Amino acid sequence: MTQSEWPLWEVFIRSKQGLDHKHVGSLHAADATMAIQNARDVYTRRLEGISIWVVESKHVHASNPDDAEAFYDPANDKVYRHPTFYQVPDSIKHM
Amino acid sequence: METVEINLEEQFQARIDADVRIEPKDWMPDAYRKTLIRQISQHAHSELVGMLPEGNWITRAPSLKRKSILLSKVQDEAGHGLYLYSAAETLGASRDQMLADLHSGKAKYSSIFNYPTLSWADMGTVGWLVDGAAILNQVPLCRTSYGPYARAMVRVCKEESFHQRQGFEIMQTLCEGAPEQKAMAQEALNRWWWPTLMMFGPKDADSPNTEQSMKWRIKRFTNDELRQKFVDMMVPQAEFLGLTVPDPALQWNETKQGYDFGDVNWEEFWNVVKGNGMCNKDRLGARIKAHEEGAWVREAALAHAKKRAERAETQAA
Repeated sequence: MTQSEWPLWEVFIRSKQGLDHKHVGSLHAADATMAIQNARDVYTRRLEGISIWVVESKHVHASNPDDAEAFYDPANDKVYRHPTFYQVPDSIKHM
Repeated sequence: METVEINLEEQFQARIDADVRIEPKDWMPDAYRKTLIRQISQHAHSELVGMLPEGNWITRAPSLKRKSILLSKVQDEAGHGLYLYSAAETLGASRDQMLADLHSGKAKYSSIFNYPTLSWADMGTVGWLVDGAAILNQVPLCRTSYGPYARAMVRVCKEESFHQRQGFEIMQTLCEGAPEQKAMAQEALNRWWWPTLMMFGPKDADSPNTEQSMKWRIKRFTNDELRQKFVDMMVPQAEFLGLTVPDPALQWNETKQGYDFGDVNWEEFWNVVKGNGMCNKDRLGARIKAHEEGAWVREAALAHAKKRAERAETQAA
């Protein structure tokens, strides 16, 4: 059997004006035009979106779950990055 | 080396127990991956084959409204199949291989679709009963431990409830119609009731995979638990329609606050699973025919995309 599988694409949908495109899933298509047409049929049958992005899956680079500790733990002990870390006297307004 | 593997398994189980979702690039036991690929692809195949018994009635729907609804429903089933194949692909399964396994008979799909749809009332019964059973199976899967599967199921469940309601509406219309129409509804219920109960799978005692799947939180309820829920849910709805559930053993049990019901014909169930149901050959035949007759379209689209990409490259140079 020859390799006949169409490339895989990741689909991102903007649900309404003013919101981000959000990842909704993936699908196969021969090219970008077809990927957008298929995404419209597969992921927006009930007004879920007003704009579609497609990216061929092979172009997505992801962080490695094994690096999660080294990557994200350093943020754990930096509570001073949050406004709630600071005590503000009750009499101070608008802060 | 072995202790490392054991630790990974323990950590994995600890995450499952803490209800942390597993994502595609996370470490997972091989058996977890295999179980999921089998279950998700089977589920996808069921959606795909599930289009056939209903496609049978699109050209014969009794009104334009019913025809539009049925078309939408069948299109949804195709969409559900696609969500699910995509989820299985995040585990490393290939789409071509999954389809090849379906066509060779190596992979299974839900046995319910190996029963024929003989009258228009079957479209009502399939929506009301069969999709009702599917929803009971699928709602807990929205919380299944594997992230992409759970997310696919959230989409499926949202759409599935339209399927069940349109089925119930068909039944209600028939039951409020002429005596012949009501008889047609009853006759359809008589044929579909028992096969629908089989959709939940073998009895817990005969379902060797259930325990492990519950431990991994792929499944959240056992087959028998879901079957009981289904009967308790459906009997009052059948009563509302004025239809009789074809089970002489059916009786309300005050102590367990649920219905007692008769035993499923398990010999028939296994027979259909093994490929000897009424429509197994037709369904698979139709599937393979559609796949083979569409081959030139898939190849041409790929050749066209390649040619355009090459042309764009030459022009850029």
